[in-house]
Amino acid sequence: MELDVVELSRLQFAMTAMYHFLFVPLTLGLSVIVAIMETVYVMTGRPIWRQMTKFWGTLFGINFVLGVATGITMEFQFGMNWSYYSHYVGDIFGAPLAIEGLMAFFLEATFVGLFFFGWDKLSSVQHLMVAWLVALGSNFSALWILIANGWMQNPVGAEFNPDTMRMEMTSFFDVLFNEVAQAKFVHTVSAGYVTAAVFVLGVSAWYLLKNRHVELARRSITVAASFGLAAALSVVVLGDESGYSASHTQKMKLAAIEAMWETEDAPVSITAIGFPDQEARETHYAINIPWVMGLIGTRSLTEEIPGINDLVEEAEVRVKSGIIAYDALQAIRKLRDATSDELRTTFEAHSDDLGFAYLLLRYVDDPREATLEQIAQAAEDTVPTVWPLFWAFRIMVGLGFAFIGVMAYFFYRSSFKDQTYPRWALWAAVFTIPTPWIAAEMGWFVAEFGRQPWTVDGVLPTALSASHLSVADLLITLAGFMLFYTILFIVEMGLMLKYIRKGPFQDVEETNAWEARHEHRLRTHDGKGPFAPAGASAASAVDPDMPGASATPAE
Amino acid sequence: MILHELIDYEILRVIWWALLGVLLIGFALTDGFDMGVGALLPFVAKTDVERRVVINTVGPVWEGNQVWFVLGGGAIFAAWPPLYAVSFSGFYLAMFVVLAALIVRPVAFTYRSKRESPKWRASWDWALFAGGAVPALLFGVAVGNVLLGVPFHLNEMLMPRYDGNFAIKFIGLLRPFALLAGVVSLSMLLMHGAAWLCLKSEGLVARRARRIGALAGMTAMAGYALGGLWLAVGIDGFAFVDDVVRDGPSNPLYSEVARGGSWLSVYAERPWIAVAPAMGFVGMALAIQGLRAGREVSTLLWSKLAITCVISSVGLTMFPFILPSTAHPDSSLTVWDSSSSHITLFIMLICTAIFMPLILMYTAWVYKVLWGKVTEADVTGNSDSVY
Repeated sequence: MELDVVELSRLQFAMTAMYHFLFVPLTLGLSVIVAIMETVYVMTGRPIWRQMTKFWGTLFGINFVLGVATGITMEFQFGMNWSYYSHYVGDIFGAPLAIEGLMAFFLEATFVGLFFFGWDKLSSVQHLMVAWLVALGSNFSALWILIANGWMQNPVGAEFNPDTMRMEMTSFFDVLFNEVAQAKFVHTVSAGYVTAAVFVLGVSAWYLLKNRHVELARRSITVAASFGLAAALSVVVLGDESGYSASHTQKMKLAAIEAMWETEDAPVSITAIGFPDQEARETHYAINIPWVMGLIGTRSLTEEIPGINDLVEEAEVRVKSGIIAYDALQAIRKLRDATSDELRTTFEAHSDDLGFAYLLLRYVDDPREATLEQIAQAAEDTVPTVWPLFWAFRIMVGLGFAFIGVMAYFFYRSSFKDQTYPRWALWAAVFTIPTPWIAAEMGWFVAEFGRQPWTVDGVLPTALSASHLSVADLLITLAGFMLFYTILFIVEMGLMLKYIRKGPFQDVEETNAWEARHEHRLRTHDGKGPFAPAGASAASAVDPDMPGASATPAE
Repeated sequence: MILHELIDYEILRVIWWALLGVLLIGFALTDGFDMGVGALLPFVAKTDVERRVVINTVGPVWEGNQVWFVLGGGAIFAAWPPLYAVSFSGFYLAMFVVLAALIVRPVAFTYRSKRESPKWRASWDWALFAGGAVPALLFGVAVGNVLLGVPFHLNEMLMPRYDGNFAIKFIGLLRPFALLAGVVSLSMLLMHGAAWLCLKSEGLVARRARRIGALAGMTAMAGYALGGLWLAVGIDGFAFVDDVVRDGPSNPLYSEVARGGSWLSVYAERPWIAVAPAMGFVGMALAIQGLRAGREVSTLLWSKLAITCVISSVGLTMFPFILPSTAHPDSSLTVWDSSSSHITLFIMLICTAIFMPLILMYTAWVYKVLWGKVTEADVTGNSDSVY
């Protein structure tokens, strides 16, 4: 890669965004899981549930703070590194970011302090409310960020204003209810839930393997598996919704993900696996599954899905139309109020394609002087690099289906097998921990890399969006971020592991006192439900030799 | 959408100019004392328990306070996109330093007391110090540079362009007047942090904070007076050449701007704005006196008044200019030509009108729950749940 400002800015954005998203999904999911645990505590009064809330809450806190800290980088990086982007679409894109602050970030950040510091200062119901407000704030936060990102994928409710040389909002409603944004939001949030469920499951499995904190671990697995199963199912279903919306909003991205070079007749097959070859425009050793792509992409067996080659031809038409828009724009800017209606009509007829003319700025200073070869080249540039998309997408989908399997298995053992788990399954759960992060990062990669060469699909090319900076500027900040983020990552992992090893703070006296007080009630229980008190059956959590555990096994 | 016509574009622009001020002031009043407390940390607290007391006075609230900063960024993006684009990329390396400080600070709060090792804790104490002092200084430097004007221009596609290379861009920010503004901002926030510690801590820590805070307050007062003098005699202001269209499209190049005269000439046209600097001095003087006398609640309130008025005085003096350009005065960003569209400003105003009162309500509730001093016993007795 040559060292130019645009490429370095992209690298920095990709790095900092992906790093940020190491912490976000866990925040999204764990905030909800912790709130669920505290709800059980408030409803039942059992001390173990408060201990669980506090334990997972501590891990949540270690993770949360890095999500917040690295999120600040994201909020400011648009202005720092992408100043023309900020000018060009800030009128639309800035609004959801600001509303995120107003509606969501303030909520979660204000109450998260009280969550940790307020145990002695609030009643249990008040504290529970605080926990839910933190969860609500985190999830609202995702909503607004994805409305902003959804607009980059499918820029609705906006038009170009020649006077201000930027996109301006025409309908906030359209931006808000952008189908891409809605599909992305539910998909991303459920992915966060799966991440947290896998995390809780894996850590708890490790405790069971080590025969530590058995009561906490068994209950945590039950919560994680039930919550995780629902989330894993919805992440796949809602991901399919994203695929459906891409088939009519981002045809090129979809074709690239599927390495569909030629338009196929309906019903369209899907390439399960193969080796895409961009230069030869074919996919080697492809294994096709008939009909499936038609069902995913169009929800029908009769519609066709356009292939890359046809989309390039369409792009060429749009580049030519964009040149007309560009030409009209130059005239309008000179004449201003004296512009004839005729000229304005011409501009408006072609203004949707203005961005395609900007693609030519890589090759000529004035798009109107572009040769036919350059126009063809610009059209060719609308194809993203296919193979990374093809593979990243398949890894994500494969993992998505695997999570359903993992969660269903643990849900089954938890519900119907007395919460007993074979050792191999527990080890498998431990080793599954990193995988949801891989799936999530792949998902973002597909979404953002698949949109290239645009920052805003069809509106603003990435090459035009960057700030007027020097390579030296970028190298300094890139090195700074790398150094900084690496240190923080090591520190965070170290603390996470320390607190996982340390385990929950368990107040044995309090638990015993509570059990004694409620003995009459506990006796009548069959001892087998997920929230059952510790009894003889608890001993079988790992293997039958384990000594009968009380609610707080002595450590 | 016709609804947005309910409020004139011109009025919306003024409202959003004022809201920009409200957000900056909100940030300085809340996160300001966090930064002040961080910068005071090595000087007011010597032992580990003392340091934990100091950190825990802001422990539960810094996170919410910092959102004022993030929201400030978001609101500039949404309501003043050209300002966001020009200033953040123009102050690139300075912004990076601020970002670094603001990233390390939250982590330092949360992680510092999670390990026993003195070396670990000492490193994070440094991070808290730098995370408080560096942004406090640089925000002032930025304000100083805005008053001086920044060397940028907008090209024919309205792309922000800068003159000079990167080294000049960063070191060029550290001009004497800008440094003076930085000193004012840092010392003002030290005073504010001290007022907070006076309210939230006791004993030796509070006494040290009061002594340093009073000194910082006097520095701020002297610096602010000197800055005003400097503006009067040594710095050129900016002005529109002709009458400007106030509800036209947001294109800075549509209006002509010239350099010359003094920023302070507006005080002749609008004498009432002299209230801001005057009350700034009064607030600082009373906060200093309160710190010396050991008054708690009133000192913090006077300190808040001082900060509010000092920030307002800058905005009111420059109005309608937001970011003047020295390289090409016509490119200067002003209230009348660098806002979002009429619709966006209207929608954002509705959102702010709904959520800002809610934010203020629940923030007030949180502070009420946390009311009272943080003692050494609080820290040593609850090692698991506090920082």
